[in-house]
Parts: sequence; structure tokens; C-alpha cells
Amino acid sequence: MKSSRRKFLKIAGVSALGLGAKPVLDVLAASGEHEETSKPEIMKGKDALIAKRWAMVVDTRKIESEEDLKPMIEACHKIHNVPEFENKNHEIKWIWLEEFKHEFPTQEHEFVDERVKHLPFLTLCNHCQNPACVRVCPTKATFKREDGIVLMDFHRCIGCRFCMAACPYGSRSFNFRDPRPFIKETNPEFPTRTKGVVEKCNFCAERLAVGRMPACVEASNGVLTFGDLDDPESEVRKLLKANYAIRRKPALGAGPSVFYII
Amino acid sequence: MLEKALTGSKRYYGWMAALLAVISVGFVCYLWQFRFGLGITGMSRDVSWGFYIAQFTFLVGVAASAVMVVLPYYLHDYKAFGRITILGEFLAVASVTMCILFIFVDLGQPIRVMNVLLHPTPNSILFWDMIVLNGYLLLNIVISWKVLEAERNNVAPPKWLKPFIYISIPWAVSIHTVTAYLYCGLPGRGFWLTAILAPRFLSSAFAAGPALLILLCMIVRKFTKFDPGKEQIQSLAKVVAYAITVNVFFFLCEVFVVFYSKIPDHMDHLIYLFVGLHGHGVLVPWMWASMILMVVSIILLVNPVTRKNETVLVAACITVFVSTWIDKGLGMISGGFVPNPLHHVNEYVPTVPEILISIAVWAIGFLVLTVLYKIGVTVKEEIAGLA
Repeated sequence: MKSSRRKFLKIAGVSALGLGAKPVLDVLAASGEHEETSKPEIMKGKDALIAKRWAMVVDTRKIESEEDLKPMIEACHKIHNVPEFENKNHEIKWIWLEEFKHEFPTQEHEFVDERVKHLPFLTLCNHCQNPACVRVCPTKATFKREDGIVLMDFHRCIGCRFCMAACPYGSRSFNFRDPRPFIKETNPEFPTRTKGVVEKCNFCAERLAVGRMPACVEASNGVLTFGDLDDPESEVRKLLKANYAIRRKPALGAGPSVFYII
Repeated sequence: MLEKALTGSKRYYGWMAALLAVISVGFVCYLWQFRFGLGITGMSRDVSWGFYIAQFTFLVGVAASAVMVVLPYYLHDYKAFGRITILGEFLAVASVTMCILFIFVDLGQPIRVMNVLLHPTPNSILFWDMIVLNGYLLLNIVISWKVLEAERNNVAPPKWLKPFIYISIPWAVSIHTVTAYLYCGLPGRGFWLTAILAPRFLSSAFAAGPALLILLCMIVRKFTKFDPGKEQIQSLAKVVAYAITVNVFFFLCEVFVVFYSKIPDHMDHLIYLFVGLHGHGVLVPWMWASMILMVVSIILLVNPVTRKNETVLVAACITVFVSTWIDKGLGMISGGFVPNPLHHVNEYVPTVPEILISIAVWAIGFLVLTVLYKIGVTVKEEIAGLA
């Protein structure tokens, strides 16, 4: 069971470091007694939401102004202990807003309609099918789970920032200094980070592990839909079937799991 | 032989003391960075690699260039270079030492550096870079030491050394190729996403490294009784001449592809570096200076009249070194990060502590180099009966 911590993270997400991990721990303890030849099997928590490939659909038609999106950003940054810095160089963000020309630089043109041109777009980690960040990480500190979520092991990251150079979506932030004094209100259920490590959106893996939808989705008033891309009956699939949706920089072949209905 | 580094003239001690003073200033700055984090540098969310990684990249090239003296001597039996292979190899040792230090000072969590070994990850190019750099360091230490020892004892170098010498030749090419692969395999960075990046790195390396070696040979000749030789310096000068020419040619190939294809993701970085983008262009004068100096150095080095004049040659070598340093040590890394993948322009300028730490790493390199050259040159003087 030496690799249990690693396996554990893969299943339970970062919640393993906080609360809500007890059911999984219990399962681990129970399964540890099986014969040694077989790989240790880790069962999901009894309430855990599971999928083959998690995906998010942003229905931008339901967005009128930044005010519709701010609660999602606040919810995310609050529960994940994202600090707020004065110095823009040290900025950390998991989910934020961009204009169309920045969100979709290769699809921008001068005749984009007025609504889209000034519409704020939610920007977050795409949890790619072929994540370049995972490919370049020299310590496997960032890795892709079986359900498609790309996660960070904050305790293994050496802070080389190769993943930041590799990410074609600018989704990653680095702790240029100790973030703790800059967290307004610390959420004890999620780890704070130390200086010198990289972080990003985790699709709320710690919430999925205990049967809850991502915080931004919960706060989105139906703008965001989250579900299993592998399940034809899932809400995300139904939305994608009925509406034309685009992804960021499709030509790069990264295979983003975040879709935008324009 | 190490004891030869312990005795020397007043000038030798003075130089070492000066280097140590520079190192201690940088060391204090590093302690500050260690405590505070990389926030004391000019790096940001958008430009997440800066001066440290740029110096690392440039110095990998200087390290690789030892092959330019090793290859002609061992593969083509060009005897004249036998006299200076040791200088080239010692330069490689000092350069790789600096490379490793620059990577180290760039880490956000330096105490976790061993995670690279604890969790080896072959799909990461950084893993391979660690292997080739450390391997190259080891090869050069073993080879140079054994060859010098044999020379001192007036015997042939041990037979088992030959395979290592031959391996060191492609290995030198590999260190800069792998270093280029760090950058050119990244999908969202148009500036680096070019198959000619590794060849460009190698051509500028084979210009900058031998140019520095020529300058070092001149210094050795001036301050010691060992003369690396006129022919040797002239042969090196030809290497520099063609390498810098090829480097400019490769750059122009890049410029053609980028601007004829007109793909914005690739054009924007070159526009930023040479003209400025959206009112930002802190590197513009530097980049033009680099290009002009490269062209000047080609004129001075290809023309035999100017090349053979050693005063002009010194100027030309300094020109080559400075121009390639600007190109790689300033423009190559931050140029790839501006504009960022979302086409925002956030510029990077190194901070004072960041520069002081970088200078200290350079000083450590020169300290290592001085010790090694002191040993090498003293042995050479003894052999010649001059000491």
C-alpha cells in the first residue's frame, strides 16, 4: 500500500488532504487486506459523483453582464483559498473573465457581433484530453485522473513552472510568495498553498468526491452545466447535441473539456 | 593536481577574492529569495520564466561548444587543438555548473529538487535535460582530468578513456538539442514552436562558446607562461566565423517562414521583440543591437585580413559573445512569453536582486573556471619546463 497516497489523490482529489475523506479512508483500510498480488483497489466514496470524462458547458446566451458571472468566481476563489494580491505579477486565479478576442484569439475578427464582442467569458482550466502540462511535468505533480480531471499535487510540485510554459490557455498560476496572509477568510476544508508551487482549477474534485457539483456550477444559475461527456444521456451531451458549441484553440489538439455555446 | 589551485600570485588571490565578494552579495540575495519566494524577481503569471532560465539556456550553449575543440582533435586528428582541448573541456565543466545552478535558483521549491529523481518522468523533457547535463558534466570532468594527468606524467591517456571521449562528442550536441526541446515542443508558444530552434541554439552556441574560448586563450597567454598558440586561436576564429554566419542564416529562415506565412501566433513575438507590440517594446533596442553586432562580427571574422589581426579578433569575439548573449540571454525566453497565450502583453524586466543572483552564479562559474585553468595551465607550464 505504499502508493496509496498517490492512488488516493487520484480518486478523492485534493480532499484527501482535508475533510470529507473518511469514507474513502475506510474503504482503503478495508481493501488493504486482499491478496498482495492484485493491485490495491480503491473504491469511491458512497456519495461520490463519478464520470468517465467530466466536462463543462458554458451557455453564454444566458450571460448579460459581468455581474452574472462574479458569484461563480467568488464562490470558487473563496472555497479554494485563492489569495488576492495587489501586485499583478503575483496574481493567482482559478477562474476569471476574458473578452472574446482574448478567450478565442484565433477566432476573433473585426465583424464579431456586438453581443459577443463585449461579452465576458469565463476562463478556467480546460482539463484537456491531452494536457501539455501533464506531459512536461518532471515529477508527475500534475496528473490526469481516469475521469479526465487534471489535478495538482501541491506537495510534490518543485515549482519549475514548466507546466505554465506548456499550458496554451494560461490557466496556471504560481505562488510567487506565501499566499496565506492574502487569503481573506481561510476555508479549513481545503488546503492553503505554500510559496513556490503552481495551482489551478481542479473542477472541484474535492466536492465531486462527496457528491457535490463544482462550486461555480452551483452558483451559476444555470449558466454552467457539468456532467459526463461519455454519457449520451448526460445534461452536457444533451446541450452539445442541441446547440453548436466551440472550444478554445481546437487546432492545438489539446482536447479541452470546457465548451462554450455562443 | 588540485593543490596547484592553492598557490598563486597576488593577482590570482585578488581575483578569487573579488569573485567571492560578488558571490556573497548574490548569496545574500538568494537567501532573501529563499525566504520570500520568487516574487522578488520580475517574473509574473504571464512571463513565468525569466533571466535565470535565459542564462541557463545561453550557458548550455557555451558548455556544448567544447565539442568544437574535442571533435577536430579526436576525430580528425587535428593536432594543434591537442594543446587547448583541456581549456575547452574545463570551460564546459564551469558552464554546466552554472547551468545547474541557474535551474536550481529558478525553482520555487528548491528543497524538493530530488523529486525529479524520486519520481522519474521520461515524458518530461526536463527529466532528460537533467540526465544529459549531469552526464555531460561527469564526462568532461573525467576526460579532462585523466588527459591532463596523463600529460603531466608524460604517458598516453588510459585506453578506457577513448570511448568516453567519443561519446562526449554527440553528447555535447545532445545537451543543447534537449534544451531546445524544452521550448519547441510546447503547443501554445508560437515563438518557440519551430523545428529550427535546436539548430539555431547549436549555431549560436558554436559561435558564442569558441568566441569565449578565444578570449580565454588570449587571457591565458597574457597572464601566464603558457601560450595556447596562434594557429589554435585562428582555427577557433574560423569556427566562430561560420557558426555566427549560420546562426544569422537560421534566424532569417525563421523570419521568412513567420512573416511569409503570416500566422499571427508566430509573428506577434518577433514583432514584439523587434518593433514592439501594443506600445510595449522594452527589448527592441537590445534586439536590433544584437542583430547589428552579429552582422558586424560576420564581416570582421569572415574577412581573413581582419580575422588575422588579433586586436580586431578580440573585438569581434566580444561582439559575437555580446550579440548571442542578448539573443538568447535576453530575448529568447521572455520573447516567447510576450504576448501571452491569450494575447495580453505583459512585459518582463528583471529586478536588481534577480540580476545580483544571476551575476553571482556567473561568478561561481568563473571561480570554477579559474581554479581549473590555474591547475591546467600550471601543469602545462611544468611540462614545458617554464615554471
